[in-house]
Amino acid sequence: MTHSKFQEKVVEMKNITKVFGNFVANENINLTVHKGEVHALLGENGAGKSTLMNILYGLYTPTSGEIFIKGQKIDIANPNIAIKHGIGMVHQHFMLVEPFTVAENIILGMETTKGLGVLDLKKAINDVKQLSEKYGLHVDPEAKIEDITVGMQQRVEILKALYRGAEILILDEPTAVLTPQEIHELIQIIRNLTEEGKSIIIITHKLKEIKMAADYCTIIRRGKFIDTVDVSVTSEEDLASKMVGREVSFAVDKVEAKPGKKVLSIDNIVVKDNRGINAVDGLSLDIYGGEILGIAGIDGNGQSELIDGITGLRKVESGSIQLHGNDVTNKTPKEIIERKISTIPEDRQKRGLVLDFTISENMVLENYHKKPFAKNGVLSHQKIKEFAKELIEKFDVRPTNENAKARALSGGNQQKVIIAREVTNDPDLLIAAQPTRGLDVGAIEYVHKALVEQRDKGKAVLLVSLELDEVMNVSDRIAVIYEGKIVGIVDAKNADENTLGLMMAGGGETHGQS
Amino acid sequence: MDKAKNSKLLSMFSGTFGFTIISILIGLGIGAIVLLIAGFNPIEAYGIMLSGVFSKPKYIAYAIIYATPLIITGLSVAFAFRTGLFNIGAEGQYIVGALVAALTGYFFNLPPFIHVIVVFLFAATAAGLWGGIAGFLKARFGVHEVISTIMLNWIALYLNNYVVNLNGFKKPQSEASYEILNTANISLLSEWKLSDAGREWLSNFPFLADLMRAPVNFGFMIALLLALIVWFILNKTTLGYELRAVGFNKYAAEYGGIGVKKSIITSMVIAGALAGLAGAVQVLGVTNKVAVLAAMEGYGFNGIAVSLIGANTAFGNVFAGLLFGALNYGGPKIQSGLQAPSEVVDIVIGTIVFFIAIPGFIKMLLTLRSKKRGDTNGR
Ligand SMILES: Nc1ncnc2c1ncn2[C@@H]1O[C@H](COP(=O)(O)OP(=O)(O)OP(=O)(O)O)[C@@H](O)[C@H]1O
Ligand SMILES: [Mg+2]
Repeated sequence: MTHSKFQEKVVEMKNITKVFGNFVANENINLTVHKGEVHALLGENGAGKSTLMNILYGLYTPTSGEIFIKGQKIDIANPNIAIKHGIGMVHQHFMLVEPFTVAENIILGMETTKGLGVLDLKKAINDVKQLSEKYGLHVDPEAKIEDITVGMQQRVEILKALYRGAEILILDEPTAVLTPQEIHELIQIIRNLTEEGKSIIIITHKLKEIKMAADYCTIIRRGKFIDTVDVSVTSEEDLASKMVGREVSFAVDKVEAKPGKKVLSIDNIVVKDNRGINAVDGLSLDIYGGEILGIAGIDGNGQSELIDGITGLRKVESGSIQLHGNDVTNKTPKEIIERKISTIPEDRQKRGLVLDFTISENMVLENYHKKPFAKNGVLSHQKIKEFAKELIEKFDVRPTNENAKARALSGGNQQKVIIAREVTNDPDLLIAAQPTRGLDVGAIEYVHKALVEQRDKGKAVLLVSLELDEVMNVSDRIAVIYEGKIVGIVDAKNADENTLGLMMAGGGETHGQS
Repeated sequence: MDKAKNSKLLSMFSGTFGFTIISILIGLGIGAIVLLIAGFNPIEAYGIMLSGVFSKPKYIAYAIIYATPLIITGLSVAFAFRTGLFNIGAEGQYIVGALVAALTGYFFNLPPFIHVIVVFLFAATAAGLWGGIAGFLKARFGVHEVISTIMLNWIALYLNNYVVNLNGFKKPQSEASYEILNTANISLLSEWKLSDAGREWLSNFPFLADLMRAPVNFGFMIALLLALIVWFILNKTTLGYELRAVGFNKYAAEYGGIGVKKSIITSMVIAGALAGLAGAVQVLGVTNKVAVLAAMEGYGFNGIAVSLIGANTAFGNVFAGLLFGALNYGGPKIQSGLQAPSEVVDIVIGTIVFFIAIPGFIKMLLTLRSKKRGDTNGR
């Protein structure tokens, strides 16, 4: 190891093996983390990263292997033991009590009292303020969780861990839910923390972030330890090929688009959000067959409501939507699906999957009632299974057992199930919302290829992503959304990051519809 | 706290059969302590209970007859639960089903068999609509089904009392309605077994003769058939797929094009129809009439416990219902056998039931917890 500043080992995981049933999720994995170090964990979807970290945090017990914290061998049987030894974990899906305030959530379970069990909330608020100032974790201690942004909720989770005395902080895919701006803030926070001598273990699929924030990176492939590398002397390409076991191409190769007939025409629609505010506010947009139209924009500018409006999940208050010249405004989701619009939803666990259904059952979520999956209202489990097996194989879903519950899949594999299902629907318009969120680079490559393939078949693709890189790489045309309106459309070939960024912030000149 | 342990526990609980046996034993053990405290010999008491259920064919028949309506109300609760709804209203739906069965059984003049079918259809429809009200209130106005079904239970009770008291339906000098016509009766050979020929024939077969002393009827067969139907609907049909999808995750179901509101109503209608059939089976097979109710009879509420013990599966319900029927039938025999006050017996039976049902309840909680937690691991 080339860094001389990392001397003191704080975490040593030795020969960790974890077996679920007869599936080996971790096999003899070694991981060493030093004081003040940022250590990244990299691996494909389902490689076993979350499993390894859940073991360190005491949520799973390893089948074999040893863990040393600050040189002392510890049996981490439950999270309380982990917390006692200074380990904190921020899960990808937060565990906060929504109606409680930030401060209440942070002190939950460790309440300071004024004696007689009376909660000393003043002191709590003060403590939280001090902590948050120290590390630049800006939160409002008195705000309710349900009212704050995802980024702030994440900071609350970090504060919660720090409040419990965390010295070693595990962040499981913290950036998957953040906007680019919030990611920069998080990286700054990580720097502040390591300066204070804390150690960070971070799981992320984004190589750029690893290059930016991490000192070392441990790579896991299919549950096996591959290597621990010094990030400063390893390129993104090297990281990717170590992780996947082959060369990965980052550029999306595609030929020039051959736009065909107009597929979807959105005319001046208004869609309200949950609070009753016009989130989509007079938006117009045309999408053609044979093109990928990317929507670029900062989170919360009406992207979700736009998709919900098109797919019938939310009411369109005014304006109209036409598919192939036929009005489809406010049709039911079922009618929309029948008319061959398919969606890869942005929230895979809420909309995209029934987690307690098997992979098979999930594969037919829109088509369960159609032949050959059902006849006269009776399901053919045999046919459904065969279909699922085919897709599992084709889309490389792991594990390959079609009877596994969707819940048992890693995040990336859950996403693959949805993508397999939607692409196989062979829609005229494919809406892809954050289709690569939480996917590894290999899988991202795959998804992008699938989108381009749809396009090349002459289908229309609407890509909505918060990642500007993705929008710019994959799309043929880019529409910028701001405050519920399309404020400009540019050809992807001529797009540059700065102009788009400016437009996304509401600062660009308004282009006409192209 | 420990997820791995949670799921270990879970698999233990869902290795159901063995575990149910253990919890039955625990229940009996605690019940024994209660008996000891009350000053009775538990071994003696349980002995009386056991022989009170198994020592004669007639007793076994009675236990099954006791079990029949509970199996069916259990199916009703289980069906709703599997589709994400908590049907506290089985009680009221049962009352409506029983009432309509008594009305149509008495007032309709139809040939045998056909009369039975018609009564069942009417009872199921009426109780289905009764359950459907709660489904509609939930789908349309977001009223929680627990609240609405509790209120509907009371309305059903008073409706029953009102209708039973109507002239022409109420049997004079009684607190009950007229009895249903014979054409609607589902007792097994009820006239023949009392006739001379029947007696003579039966006297050659002491086992059968004893068995037939109980009001043996087709109810149990109907309960088994309904269990089969429930299993089939839930697991083999597109309707079951829809209802379960909505129960697990209504957002995903909606996204997949499934009508969430319609599903909620459908599910409550089916659950209501099932509970109503329980009432109808009881009227056509056992009571032959409905009476003025001073309080809830508890068939629906017991159905909740049966469903819990039966792990919300169709065939688990049959087993759980039989267990319940045996306890309900055999338990009170302690009272006469040991001169124990009925309160003590009630407490003992309540305790046993509590401990048998509690694992199901814990399992339900664990499932809910692991559902919440399952994806908190940053997958
Ligand atoms: N409780 C469980 N029971 C059975 N299998 C499991 C369980 N938890 C995880 N697995 C399996 O172990 C493998 C590793 O899962 P894990 O969640 O650790 O992956 P990951 O590396 O975090 O992937 P991702 O990047 O997609 O989040 C997966 O194949 C998953 O299906
Ligand atoms: Mg993971």
